Amino acid sequence: MGYAHAFVATLSLAVATSGWSEELQLEQDELRFGFIKLTDMAPLAVAYELGYFEDEGLFVTLEPQANWKVLLDRVITGELDGAHMLAGQPLGATIGFGTDAHIVTSFSMDLNGNGITVSNEVWRAMKPHVPMGADGKPLHPIKADALKPVVESYRAAGKPFNMGMVFPVSTHNYELRYWLAAGGIHPGYYSSADVNGQSGADVLLSVTPPPQMPATLEAGTIYGYSVGEPWNQQAVIKGIGVPVITDYEIWRNNPEKVFGVTEGWAKANPNTHVAVVKALIRAAMWLDANANANRSAAVEILARSEYVGADAAVIANSMTGTFEYERGDKRSVPDFNVFFRYYATYPYYSDAIWYLTQMRRWGQIGEQKTDEWYAATAKSVYRPEVYLKAARLLVEEGLANEQDFPWTTDGYRAPQSEFIDGVVYDGRLPNAYLESLAIGLKGTDTPASRELVSAE
Amino acid sequence: MQMLINRVNPYLALLGLGWLVPIMKIASGENLAQQLRDLWQQLGVPLLAIGLFLAVWGGIAARIDTSLGGVPGPAAVWHEAQNLVVEHQAERERRAEFYARQEARNAAALAENPAAEVRVRRYTGKPTYLDQILTSLATVFTGFLLGTLVAVPLGVLAGLSKTVNAAINPLVQIFKPVSPLAWLPIVTMVVSAVYVSSEPLLQKSFVNSAITVTLCSLWPALINTSLGVASIDKDLMNVGRVLQLGWFTQVFKIVLPSALPLIFTGLRLSLGVGWMVLIAAEMLAQNPGLGKFVWDEFQNGSSESLARILVAVFTIGIIGFLLDRIMLALQAAFTYSANR
Repeated sequence: MGYAHAFVATLSLAVATSGWSEELQLEQDELRFGFIKLTDMAPLAVAYELGYFEDEGLFVTLEPQANWKVLLDRVITGELDGAHMLAGQPLGATIGFGTDAHIVTSFSMDLNGNGITVSNEVWRAMKPHVPMGADGKPLHPIKADALKPVVESYRAAGKPFNMGMVFPVSTHNYELRYWLAAGGIHPGYYSSADVNGQSGADVLLSVTPPPQMPATLEAGTIYGYSVGEPWNQQAVIKGIGVPVITDYEIWRNNPEKVFGVTEGWAKANPNTHVAVVKALIRAAMWLDANANANRSAAVEILARSEYVGADAAVIANSMTGTFEYERGDKRSVPDFNVFFRYYATYPYYSDAIWYLTQMRRWGQIGEQKTDEWYAATAKSVYRPEVYLKAARLLVEEGLANEQDFPWTTDGYRAPQSEFIDGVVYDGRLPNAYLESLAIGLKGTDTPASRELVSAE
Repeated sequence: MQMLINRVNPYLALLGLGWLVPIMKIASGENLAQQLRDLWQQLGVPLLAIGLFLAVWGGIAARIDTSLGGVPGPAAVWHEAQNLVVEHQAERERRAEFYARQEARNAAALAENPAAEVRVRRYTGKPTYLDQILTSLATVFTGFLLGTLVAVPLGVLAGLSKTVNAAINPLVQIFKPVSPLAWLPIVTMVVSAVYVSSEPLLQKSFVNSAITVTLCSLWPALINTSLGVASIDKDLMNVGRVLQLGWFTQVFKIVLPSALPLIFTGLRLSLGVGWMVLIAAEMLAQNPGLGKFVWDEFQNGSSESLARILVAVFTIGIIGFLLDRIMLALQAAFTYSANR
């Protein structure tokens, strides 16, 4: 109840100064946003529950969606004004992979927050190949090298090795593929003839909605999966699987969900868009404030049935800076969920370009594109102008600190090297980056030409 | 007294309150042993069966372990049912607070600038369980009404004319067994394409679910109506011909009244089918009714989820039963008056 009082206090302050609606003439104040039941929807729930939306004069309804496809379709048809989206969704839709619609984003919702879980059976087979520390516990990060012999034994026995991910353009798909490929396991190519992305694959990946992952794993349809929280912690707590690695260890501080709207909506509602981003920035700040001091309050909000709805203990496991691998092997991962630190909410072009390189790497983009194409596509989807305008207003209103925002960035993070395989990523040189990855399409490859090569 | 009891007897039976009759008869001093036997048949046996069911359920549930914890027994389900009511009340309080805040905000805006435009926005919180039940009922009745408007006229035509019947019969036979899950994607795409408006009166998800219900539920009404019309006594039709009644008079004075019992049988079946498919349609269309409640709880995967889904199962069952009873009562009422 603490934040209810805090909220009333904020509101009366806002009423006293009444500075919320003068600067921004809202085009629309009744909005409907969609989300998927994952802990990284937290900025939306917090902005609603703490009254940040109302402070901006916005009356927002939050609505859980059945799966990522339904969510995207409903944003496109206008049933939803905006939504919690996979970073790949606005990009994929804009370049016409899967769905064709121009979606834009001005707000990154978080960094990290995903994990890869395997079934108990696979874990038992994997464990002998995992390096152990002096304390007898597995040394992290666990590389896919340990999984490779298991996959080979399944394949030798004629059993396809199936794994689940949440959507073809999801972060989880690319992270799982990155991890597998870094361990020498081929996750398969997409092509116009193979929309499931299984050509030449050692491991067959397929789509399962996040909340169904544990049940699908338990049913034996898949042997492992890559998904956001709380569905990895759910598996270990219910004793049906073992999380082996977090995405923080695959690529430290990788960009995750974004808040997406259609280009048409953004054009028609420029001020409303800024107001929404203002509320979301405040929510993100609250989530990371005072070294995650508010996280247990956030867990209480997320555990309500209208938001994530899983048991509070399961959500708390990852939201409060820890992560449980094997049952009882709970380790400290303070940056498992990052909502605001490290400029997490700024929509960097280089983040967009990394996703585009992965679409190219796995054949979702069938032919070579120039570096300029990558930059131009990123610019047409990621809209930092709106973000900076919102941030400026917050600083002027005294609600945020000047130094918390990257005012002068050109939209490219410095080259990043904190990947599990140590390959360096520079968003300015996407083609060179593709060349540096061992498995995957590069240069003038097409999915068909690579298949021929691997068949030989 | 005796007469009164005999007269209300059919109505009580209709409402499922037939067991009141032996009690009344005992009160009026009839043969005690006979009435007690009746009471045992009508009240004792069903109660015993329900008790037995609860005991078996409680016993088995405790033994099955799912990844969401044990299968909830009767006590856990009852507890969650109460919880849902408590949540409903809490949400109503939040709604009141929301409107109070808005009023304060509007008042402040007006105080600052008397010309400011203020309006009241709808509450943005989640629908409660009771709201979801009402949404489901509204959806199923909309779909059912649409279905009736199509099925009854078409059924009358098919019943009157062998040619029309021959024409639509194959289509009816083909579409009748199709599941709502198959219709829904098509309905969704068509509605998205056709139902375009910037300020829609009804949500698309509502329209999708209602139309899916229509498509699945109109067949029993159609078939029974045409059967009812086709099996009208030929003499009756001939009387109409002798009197040289116009076509419409013939239909409204002779055909419909005679076919009414079977039309109602069809409507009753239709409503039953509609209620059954509604849950599936709502799950997929994300219409905020009971189907969405079940889906959301399944997605939540918390330790209370199964118990809450079971509450929904019983709600769906009880409401389905009540709807059937209402239709049966309507059917009885109309049939009697038609025969008089």
